[in-house]
Amino acid sequence: MENKVKREGAVIFSDYTRGDAVKKAVSIGREDVLFELKESKLRGRGGAGFPTSIKWMLTAAAKSDKKYVICNADEGEPGTFKDRVLLLEYPELVFEGMVVGGYAIGAKEGIVYLRGEYEYMLKSLQDYLEEMRKDNLLGKDILGKKGFDFDIIIRLGSGAYVCGEETALIESLEGHRGEARNRPPFPVNTGLNGKPTTVNNVETFASVAHIVTKGGAWYSQHGTDKSTGSKLFSVSGDCKKPGVYELPWGTTINELLKIVEAENTKAVQVGGASGLCVPKAQFDRQLGYEDLGTGGSIMVFNESRDMLHVLKNFMEFFVEESCGQCTPCRIGNVKLLEGVEMIEKGEYTFNYINKLKELGETMRISSKCGLGQSSPNPFISILENFKEEIFNNGKGGK
Amino acid sequence: MLVMEKNSLSEEISKLVDLYGKDRSSLLPILQGIEKNHKYISDFAQQEVARLLDIHPVEVYSVVTFYSFLTHKPMGRNVVRLCQTITCDMFGKEAVAKAIERELGIKFGETTKDKKVTLEYANCLGMCDQGPAMLVNDQVYSHLTPEKAIEILEKLK
Amino acid sequence: MKENKETRAPESQKGHTIEKPKSSEGIGSMVSIEINGNKFSVPLGTTILEACKQNQIHIPTLCHHDDLCIAGVCRVCLVEVEGMRTLQASCAYSITHSLKIHTTSPQVRRARRHVIDLLLSEHYGECYSCVRNNNCELQSLAKEYGVDKFTFGHVSEPLFEEDNSSYSVIRDMNKCVLCKRCVRTCIDLQEVGVLESINRGHETRIGTFLDKPLADVICINCGQCINRCPTGALKANDPSDEIWQAIDDPTKHVVIQTAPSPRAAIGEEFELGPGHSLTGQMNTALRRIGFNKVFDTNFTADLTIMEEGTELIIRLYKALVEGEKQIALPQFTSCSPGWVKYIEHFYPEYLDHVSSAKSPQQMFGALIKTWYAQKEGIDPANIVSVALMPCAAKKYECNRPEMVDSGYKDVDYGLTTRELAQMIKESGIYLPEMEKTHFDDPFGDASGAGLIFGATGGVMEAALRTIIELVTGVKVENVFENMNIVPVRGFEGIRYAELPIEKVGPVPEILKPLVPNWDWLKGATLKVAIAHGTANAKKIMEDIKAGGKFSECHFIEFMACPGGCLGGGGQPIPTSQEIRAKRAEAIYNEDASLPIRKSHENKHVLDLYNDFLTDGPCGHISHKLLHTHYTPRGKYIA
Ligand SMILES: Cc1cc2nc3c(=O)[nH]c(=O)nc-3n(C[C@H](O)[C@H](O)[C@H](O)COP(=O)(O)O)c2cc1C
Ligand code: SF4
Ligand code: SF4
Ligand code: SF4
Ligand code: SF4
Ligand code: FES
Ligand code: FES
Repeated sequence: MENKVKREGAVIFSDYTRGDAVKKAVSIGREDVLFELKESKLRGRGGAGFPTSIKWMLTAAAKSDKKYVICNADEGEPGTFKDRVLLLEYPELVFEGMVVGGYAIGAKEGIVYLRGEYEYMLKSLQDYLEEMRKDNLLGKDILGKKGFDFDIIIRLGSGAYVCGEETALIESLEGHRGEARNRPPFPVNTGLNGKPTTVNNVETFASVAHIVTKGGAWYSQHGTDKSTGSKLFSVSGDCKKPGVYELPWGTTINELLKIVEAENTKAVQVGGASGLCVPKAQFDRQLGYEDLGTGGSIMVFNESRDMLHVLKNFMEFFVEESCGQCTPCRIGNVKLLEGVEMIEKGEYTFNYINKLKELGETMRISSKCGLGQSSPNPFISILENFKEEIFNNGKGGK
Repeated sequence: MLVMEKNSLSEEISKLVDLYGKDRSSLLPILQGIEKNHKYISDFAQQEVARLLDIHPVEVYSVVTFYSFLTHKPMGRNVVRLCQTITCDMFGKEAVAKAIERELGIKFGETTKDKKVTLEYANCLGMCDQGPAMLVNDQVYSHLTPEKAIEILEKLK
Repeated sequence: MKENKETRAPESQKGHTIEKPKSSEGIGSMVSIEINGNKFSVPLGTTILEACKQNQIHIPTLCHHDDLCIAGVCRVCLVEVEGMRTLQASCAYSITHSLKIHTTSPQVRRARRHVIDLLLSEHYGECYSCVRNNNCELQSLAKEYGVDKFTFGHVSEPLFEEDNSSYSVIRDMNKCVLCKRCVRTCIDLQEVGVLESINRGHETRIGTFLDKPLADVICINCGQCINRCPTGALKANDPSDEIWQAIDDPTKHVVIQTAPSPRAAIGEEFELGPGHSLTGQMNTALRRIGFNKVFDTNFTADLTIMEEGTELIIRLYKALVEGEKQIALPQFTSCSPGWVKYIEHFYPEYLDHVSSAKSPQQMFGALIKTWYAQKEGIDPANIVSVALMPCAAKKYECNRPEMVDSGYKDVDYGLTTRELAQMIKESGIYLPEMEKTHFDDPFGDASGAGLIFGATGGVMEAALRTIIELVTGVKVENVFENMNIVPVRGFEGIRYAELPIEKVGPVPEILKPLVPNWDWLKGATLKVAIAHGTANAKKIMEDIKAGGKFSECHFIEFMACPGGCLGGGGQPIPTSQEIRAKRAEAIYNEDASLPIRKSHENKHVLDLYNDFLTDGPCGHISHKLLHTHYTPRGKYIA
């Protein structure tokens, strides 16, 4: 296996030596770690974009005998693979980000929830953790700091996309079905085993390692006002150079397409199956929380692709991967998929399709977790943006 | 199941429980361990796990049926999981799937008579830039062509 | 509300439950909220649903049940909370700060309607042929939201086969809405662990271990899941067709015994509200339907007290005086067939603690086809013996292979309160308006002690009323005001009481063959305990296993169902702590109004010992007819 990664980038791929972040953290103290994080305006890289400093401060403020730092390495969103690259090639960033997290919030235990599909990297990651222990980057009194104990274990998933949702992930760690919890309470107060827990994406931890080392101000120079720093994009689909790219936030889709050498592009799915499908006319839109916030999945479709087929593939994914506990998502996704099949066969009415779009709107606001809240996205955006192709020229026009 | 088999399975499960702990939170690692060794989690194994963790057997069954990689029906010695998600699909998953089916003489969801291979679909494996991709047990293969896929399968024992 | 806390053990579902603020923060602090523009003040930690209920604002629910921990899965109870992007499940959202809530905004109404439409689209069942017609939460929701068409289609074929393997509970997953109320009942409330969600995504459904038929798993037949299922997906195995057939058959002599709890609850099936006892009215209705004789199960409840009480005295005597080490103490009650099956599965090593006395239902069955048949000159083969019970497990119990001591199937059918109400309606009878009549002889009207068997603690109280008098020679009413042994009453999940025996009296005639005197009990303290709901039973059993305080008890009453039989799996739906408390009140009030309130004063019981069971309680004849044995089953399935 190869990792196609363009190792150029101002932030994540900037210079780093093992131990930098932890050394810096213990020298400046936890207050300052949280301060730098706040300065950086880092937002979570898992997709939802929640400000990391707020999450950590809440967890730090929660009173408890035990706290946890969890690294969400479940990376199951179709089209996302940047966490794989980070874990394989830059484990120091991810793990040290976790150590810094443990230091900042007062946790002694870190857990990496690694998707079952990535079991092949388990051994090398464990070896890496062992090296860190030898270097006292993990273990007791880390780097001589009295009372700063922290260690990391890796737990495997078992093939369930929904376990990437943080509360489902916690359920899974506790030995249950990966069914999302009611919120509130949030994991920062009531997380793993009922203890305050911070769950962050792999890339979030990697960013933290750089932020702590180089300062929050340095980080926030990059990117835009609301979307500071840079982002790893997992680019796949119709382009000459698919792979992982570090780009500053604010990059437009057009610019990105040029970099990956995509031609005749018709549509770009931003944010994976649960993201939005952007048509050619909107390729000047910017990637960033101001407009297109994303966990980094970019799937490129050229003129030859059948968008209805793409949509069907996405909906099939959600029907299978829904945890199945709540009504809107368990049954709603099936209805949307059936709608796609009706269009495919030419056995639909616009009236019914509009009803399904309304249903999609309901799913967005009534599902229990992010899966069902975002699964109607492709349905709504593809049918909206590719009306012409689907209903007037394509199969649906039969 | 023979008594001897049962005893050795019990012993193995006890060892897993000792390793991971008696908490409910050890359930997944224990089940993953059994799956790895036996390619499925038998009725008896599920009840043993339930007994040792002091939970209800139906809870174990409930968890096993939730996760795609945990199974309660025997799988082949090798499990092949071909990615069916969009980018792999765009780059030739269908042709690879057909070739494998032809070569093994089974459909997806089935196991070869000699119990060598079980064929399944999986959702995105995180190799989308190099699709089509598949997992063979815990190893990942990318840039598949029908020919390459068959080559890989032929090396399986 | 005590029972909730005691019977709720949300271990498996704990992740899904909401968190109430820790008591120290919560006590006394109130939050002001706004619902639909009106201001209210509620205690910190109240859920939005509770807050609305307290202020008479209706919110529809489906997966919520007051007895159970919170799930938040059906999404019917959605409301809008200002400032939040998504709608919130009101049942699962606890208020910790000031909120502005809208319960009927357009998007709320549309979302609820969508959820109902979705549920209906996958719901296979026709209301007019459904046991829950007119008492179904899904049906009511459809009505409430004016569903006039199937917006997202409707299944035309059943997707699942009905599981009718069990004598007690039938599962039809075509009608299931996946609210998981049965799961929370079985795993959390009862801690039996038969039902859970299986599979994932759209394939998710409720299943058993290995998806086996209910009869092949460790179901204790308590039927608590039926009582909490909002739809017709779970129902009892209904024998009324067969009973009608027997009634219509002139060669059959059809008798019915009626347990104490149905009479205290059946009014609920006739829109009376909980807490009305309709004993006399029901007797009349049963005769009108065509039962040849109507008997009172309380008669055999009194008999049970004699047999089980005697058994206890024998055990104590053997253990304390004769020093027999292998005598199993504490003695456990045996009248709840759900409990019996529970201990057979979960604690088979303790089966010798269970009183060998049959349940009142089965004692009655054995007597009807022997003593009664002889007395009346009827061929027992022509007797059809029906038992009206509040219970789903009684259906299983009468089908146990060993329950044939009369030479026939002792009890032919177990009928539930709900099923009888249906038969009464079918006969065109409006129950509350029936005149009151008495039970038939030779069993007659029984004592209040038999009656209170219906409530948790009742068996214990009945037993104590008799034991205290027989041993001390002092009238109970001189020890406990109005004969109400209050320490064993109530709804706390587990109760414990100590009764010192300060003086002893002479041994009554009936027990003389068994003990020479009571001196050996003088100065002793009788220790008793009570548990209702198998989750509480489990706590006691674990304590006994660990040699805790319950292992020092002499006698423990176990009832499988929360609240005791009055909360049984055959009782009217819905059920709640409040309803169960009202039923208990009805039972205790009726007891207080009866002339005879102690089992050993029931004249008919004494007649029976003189006439038929001539070698006395626990004698040869009674052992053959009134006692039984148990089967160690274990938890595991081959
Ligand atoms: C269905 C679903 C799947 C998700 N999968 C992932 C995932 O694979 N990796 C991830 O980091 N976050 C995932 N998330 C987001 C997490 O719930 C959570 O927001 C994130 O781990 C928080 O980390 P961050 O703040 O660092 O982004 C998923 C969310 C949903 C609703
Ligand atoms: S939205 Fe879907 S995945 Fe999330 S809780 Fe509901 S059913 Fe499960
Ligand atoms: S379960 Fe309810 S909605 Fe369904 S058929 Fe029965 S009564 Fe009608
Ligand atoms: S009858 Fe009782 S034991 Fe059986 S499934 Fe229902 S709740 Fe569980
Ligand atoms: S069987 Fe009844 S209680 Fe159980 S999930 Fe289905 S509808 Fe709910
Ligand atoms: S789409 Fe196949 S690996 Fe992602
Ligand atoms: S009643 Fe609140 S989600 Fe079901």
